[in-house]
Amino acid sequence: MKSGTIISVSGPLVTAGGMEDANIQDICRVGEFGLLGEVIEMREDVASIQVYEETSMIGPGDRVEVTGEPLSVELGPGIMAQMFDGIQRPLDTFVEKTSSHYLGRGVEVNPLDRETEWEFTKKVEVGDEVSAGDIVGVVPETSIIEHRIMVPIGVSGTVKAIESGTFRLEDTLYVLETENGEQEFTMMQKWPVRQGRPYSQKINPVDPLVTGQRVIDSLFPVAKGGTAAIPGPFGAGKTVVQQQIAKWADVDIVVYVGCGERGNEMTEVINEFPTLIDPETGSSIMERTILIANTSNMPVAAREASVYTGIAIAEYFRDMGYSVAVMADSTSRWAEALREISGRLEEMPGDEGYPAYLGSRLAEYYERAGRVITLGADEREGSITAIGAVSPPGGDTSEPVTQNTLRVAKVFWGLDSSLSQRRHFPAINWLNSYSQYSESVNKTIGERLGLDWDGLVNRAKLLLQDEAELEEIVQLVGVESLSDEDRIKLAVARMLRVDFLQQNAFDDDDTYTSFDKQNEMLLAILKFDDEANRALELGSYFDEIMEGTQEVRERISRMKFIPEEDLEEIRELRAQIETDMREVLQKGGVN
Amino acid sequence: MVLKEYRSVTSVVDPLMTVTGVEGVKYDELVEIELQNGEHRLGQVLEIDGNNAVVQIFEGTSGISLRDTKVRFTGRPLTLNVSEDMVGRTFDGMGRVYDGGPELLPEKSLDINGEPINPIAREYPDEFIQTGISTIDHLNTLVRGQKLPVFSASGLPHNELAVQIARQAEVAGSEQEFAVVFAAIGITFDEAEFFLDDFRKTGAIDRSVVFVNLADDPAIERIATPKMALTAAEYLAFEKNMHVLVIMTDMTNYANALREVSAARREVPGRGGYPGYLYTDLAGLYERAGRLEGIDGSVTQIPILTMPEDDITHPIPDLTGYITEGQIILSRELYGQGLEPPIDVLPSLSRLKDNGIGEGKTREDHAPTMNQIFAAYAEGKEAKELSVVLGEAALTEADQKYVAFTDRFENEYVDQGNFTNRTIEESLDLAWDLLKLLPREDLTRIRDEMLDKYLPKGE
Repeated sequence: MKSGTIISVSGPLVTAGGMEDANIQDICRVGEFGLLGEVIEMREDVASIQVYEETSMIGPGDRVEVTGEPLSVELGPGIMAQMFDGIQRPLDTFVEKTSSHYLGRGVEVNPLDRETEWEFTKKVEVGDEVSAGDIVGVVPETSIIEHRIMVPIGVSGTVKAIESGTFRLEDTLYVLETENGEQEFTMMQKWPVRQGRPYSQKINPVDPLVTGQRVIDSLFPVAKGGTAAIPGPFGAGKTVVQQQIAKWADVDIVVYVGCGERGNEMTEVINEFPTLIDPETGSSIMERTILIANTSNMPVAAREASVYTGIAIAEYFRDMGYSVAVMADSTSRWAEALREISGRLEEMPGDEGYPAYLGSRLAEYYERAGRVITLGADEREGSITAIGAVSPPGGDTSEPVTQNTLRVAKVFWGLDSSLSQRRHFPAINWLNSYSQYSESVNKTIGERLGLDWDGLVNRAKLLLQDEAELEEIVQLVGVESLSDEDRIKLAVARMLRVDFLQQNAFDDDDTYTSFDKQNEMLLAILKFDDEANRALELGSYFDEIMEGTQEVRERISRMKFIPEEDLEEIRELRAQIETDMREVLQKGGVN
Repeated sequence: MVLKEYRSVTSVVDPLMTVTGVEGVKYDELVEIELQNGEHRLGQVLEIDGNNAVVQIFEGTSGISLRDTKVRFTGRPLTLNVSEDMVGRTFDGMGRVYDGGPELLPEKSLDINGEPINPIAREYPDEFIQTGISTIDHLNTLVRGQKLPVFSASGLPHNELAVQIARQAEVAGSEQEFAVVFAAIGITFDEAEFFLDDFRKTGAIDRSVVFVNLADDPAIERIATPKMALTAAEYLAFEKNMHVLVIMTDMTNYANALREVSAARREVPGRGGYPGYLYTDLAGLYERAGRLEGIDGSVTQIPILTMPEDDITHPIPDLTGYITEGQIILSRELYGQGLEPPIDVLPSLSRLKDNGIGEGKTREDHAPTMNQIFAAYAEGKEAKELSVVLGEAALTEADQKYVAFTDRFENEYVDQGNFTNRTIEESLDLAWDLLKLLPREDLTRIRDEMLDKYLPKGE
């Protein structure tokens, strides 16, 4: 191994001389503790290294060893249901190895366990021609995830030997006759995190990613293979929204990157996820989840790496033909890590001290999402949906990270602190949020439900917009000055806000709503709108309508608590609305 | 180990000093400085480039001469001597004995920077702490191992609130009392005395460890003070199984000291002139709260900060809010109305409340009544604003009910006084008493069964 000598240390940035053999992005071992670092700049024989661990008590003269390999992830069975740090060290093995509650320095642990034995079933035979992306066999990794062992990128040849059976990670699994002669392969592959994995071609995302969150699925849907951003000030509920999606999204696999966030939040995820049952599969949702945790007090350079670690793992599963969601909470912390390293490198700062390449880095990241036809002869379809939380300082979304994110992300769920202060959760502002997938996704849903879903949703959106305008008038002249039609509009919009958009993540029935239930709920509210307007036309007054429908309105307000099994109850509401409204008309005597 | 001693100080720019020709110096190393008059100061290596070390001097650079100052590199980071005897003692901002008592017989010496806790080794905080303050216990519940800052502003009674919490806090259903670690960071003598006086009166002083850096003490020393306090807290909690409540005031002074050093180093400034790493730095402090798996003790943090110009978007409260698990916000408006403590519940938040409340912890009706109160209070405030513009006559009957609710909520529920200690049951019952002012069909956050059970009957 080649080595150099440290010249200077400033926080997470170390420069070392005698490094003429090192390459940009090479991984190094720094100082007597053997801290992990990555070469990010070379000037003649002097390398600038960002160190992934605390650099206290490192100094000039200490050795730096160059491994000659870029920062890579290990990919293979044993990766599911794990919790890693930003550079893929498994946190539970870390505890075992150090028998400490703390993250010590210079600890070397294998990302994937070498000893576990896996049951492998071959899918190809001796003599078959295979190339990159072809599935040679499968391993049942968890009760719901079948880990498909693929021929590594850049390899092709004829199968010389392959057997089903029990194997460990590093056992030879199969042998190929390639251009360069016979090559042995194991279950594990490595991939440099900063490089996107290749695929055959990208296709347009049109399928909805169902999250069970009404404001998202109905008003601002994201497509499988799409990108979404959640900017919001602190306390607006970014993390809860992210976690709700991680819990309930109808994807095969979730990669959750806790990037520079709170330690207790990650602990909560570890405690809670194994106890939650996925409605689709009936298994614990942890069985499909991979966690990357680089909390705010863990070294800043590893935070920068963590989002890449996450998306590289996601790409690997996408290549198997799975739909994957990558949640990054929060990309602002990642950007701040970039800024900190850039500042120490004394680069010319751009907006608010962020490096000039912030925008292109963000774009590169989000562009690794998408719906693709993968490599491999069977032309599997896989997707990555990238959802990033953004934490704008002071909630001011004009800042560089939000702005650069919005240029690439197609869905914007704008969290609003004035909503969260009223405990309107999820605090997604329905007036300024948007989804550029609405049209295509709503078409897919409409076909599935057999109705004009797009029309339904747009009517709800329009009512909410009208409400905002009417509210302005009310602020000026009082509600009494509005026409009865407008007052009905306000009442219905209020129903949409309170009884439909508000959703309690901590209530057993309310936490997840299927599309069928969302549809029924919307239909009930809009039915009320129809009937109330008809009653007005026939001569009823606003006050009469409200008085006569008190009971049914109370039932509408409680329909979110109706369990999925009893959707009939919501359907009955529509008939009830008709009956009650008829009574209103009769009582009023239809002047 | 032989200490390396140098007399090669080449530049001094407060609070930094450059020493050249050094060898074997490490980043973050503790430095001892001896002035020409024999005075000793402490410093820390901030940057080391070849043979040049940049040293930050905690006590400031006044009186340092380039020629006669001796600099020794100690080969170790800044540490704090700890032992169980710390409890009941007072130290200065650098962890030196300050109360005139005997030196501590240290059990060990700990690096004040600590180490990040492995998230997998954390125990999720879920034990309800009863502070006796309704707006906290019921609406913004504090749990053991949480970090819940108080966002205040100049002239507001944050100290009174902190003292009330320290005095009244108990884990529900347990007789255990909290040990208090108190860090005074650049506050005035009066303010520090206010705390110590109260600790003495209530006897809390006997279970307290106090670190004092006053307004006229060296500013750079403040960078070490909270780390000293947290090191002591971690030691007591995780090695001696105590439940520790850490009160740090005022974090704004800490951040300003950090800015001072950053400016002297000519770093590219972030927002408000604060360094770009302020978030990471603050996280290094706040994340030292929590509970660890298999260990009884806990560290609960209540940092206090004053928001410059009452501005919550200022970088210090802003970044703090992104790290901590909620915030308690004091309002000048409520203070003006004479409310005590003037906690503005709407923007306040406790992120860890959900696991510390409900059946078996507090009471089954805790969460729904909390949500309902928040919603009703927000609506009532809006109605009140409307009535300011349009006059009370413009309010609908429904709005008037909300206004009545809001007034009683503020005057009875919030304004409990600094010496009233309410149990959580008392807070909940009071909440129901107020909720009955509203029409039952408006109480949508509460399930029917619960309304039947708890809503007081009749008018």
